[in-house]
Amino acid sequence: MDKGKRNGNIYTIVYAALMVTLVAALLAFASQLLKPRQVANMMAETQQTILRSVHLEDQPYEKYITDTVAGPDQLPLFICTLDNGTRKYIIPLHGKGLWGPLWGYLALDDDFSTIYGAVFDHISETPGLGAEITTLFFSDPFRGKSLYHGDQFVSISVLKQGRSQNNPNAVDGISGGTLTSRGVENMIRESLKPYLPFLKHYE
Amino acid sequence: MNKRIFLDPLFKNNPIPVLALGICSALAVTVKLEPAMVMALSVTLVTGFSSMILSLLRNTIPNRIRIIVQLVVVAALVILVDQILKAFAWEISKQLSVFVGLIITNCIIMGRIEAFALYNKPFPSLVDGLANGLGYGIILIAVSIVRELLGSGTLIGYQVIPQQWYVANGGFYENNGLFILPPMALIILGLIVWVFNAKNAKRV
Repeated sequence: MDKGKRNGNIYTIVYAALMVTLVAALLAFASQLLKPRQVANMMAETQQTILRSVHLEDQPYEKYITDTVAGPDQLPLFICTLDNGTRKYIIPLHGKGLWGPLWGYLALDDDFSTIYGAVFDHISETPGLGAEITTLFFSDPFRGKSLYHGDQFVSISVLKQGRSQNNPNAVDGISGGTLTSRGVENMIRESLKPYLPFLKHYE
Repeated sequence: MNKRIFLDPLFKNNPIPVLALGICSALAVTVKLEPAMVMALSVTLVTGFSSMILSLLRNTIPNRIRIIVQLVVVAALVILVDQILKAFAWEISKQLSVFVGLIITNCIIMGRIEAFALYNKPFPSLVDGLANGLGYGIILIAVSIVRELLGSGTLIGYQVIPQQWYVANGGFYENNGLFILPPMALIILGLIVWVFNAKNAKRV
């Protein structure tokens, strides 16, 4: 094709329109084709995270966990029935850290106060500092802590490292990750609030 | 001719240490060997096929929207790679996170299209693109082997340094945390640039 024609306005516009339509169609087709597998991957990951909160990693999800809703507001709740028959109640958490969203799952004993397990995850917290909330080093100490002081709901405080010893309502934060630690503290309190009437109801 | 097109970007004109292109992702995805290999493969496929496709189109592209046409082709390929990784390599796509999307901005790709694919036939362009991707990949893999081995004591997730060597198990050895952090990638890359410069200087 000669140079003059290739620089014409109409040629340029038609070329751009055709190309964009073709590429869009191709990508839409690929997306449709791959979607089921991607959704399955995402589901599998969520299920693994929920299982981690009750220390049942790599176990079949359907065997242990029942998805349900709590209270008149239809809040999501997962009930885990352990091999020995005891039930744990898993509440999803959502909040914000220093740089982006945080989320996690908190598993409670059937007194609705004692924490059985916790997992946390994030999108963009600082590696080595805030991002450490995903590690057992941070999440394991939640186990056995209590959401109530007497019959007052106090949630869990994330304190400066070393300050939480012998405190049943607090865990250690991460040195250098104070803002993310505080994000976790707020996330737990705010996410549990809507569940409180429901938890009381079960007491 | 094709042999030279292929070998040149691997050593003499390697995009990272010699042309200083693609440094950013070379620092970011080299903590572990496995994501580095996937990244190298992804970039190689994108450079290869974008060069080939644009070389096929080179006599039809309107000059005024040349760069836009290039970007559309590259972006389409990158989105495909990202979608395929999400479907078939979920864990790795999570580790690579935004860096797959950022392949679009990898200077190597646009650089090779502008400098080579628009003036050459499709097959040499494909070879040139693949070779530049591989040249990028070699450096990524070299850096990540050093970082994973000394920073985590593993390679592709397998423990290489014997467990009983570790201080925690009564040994004398400890992983060097600095190797996991980005500054160490820059230092290793600097050493590689040094080696390449020394060799290329001799040749001139």
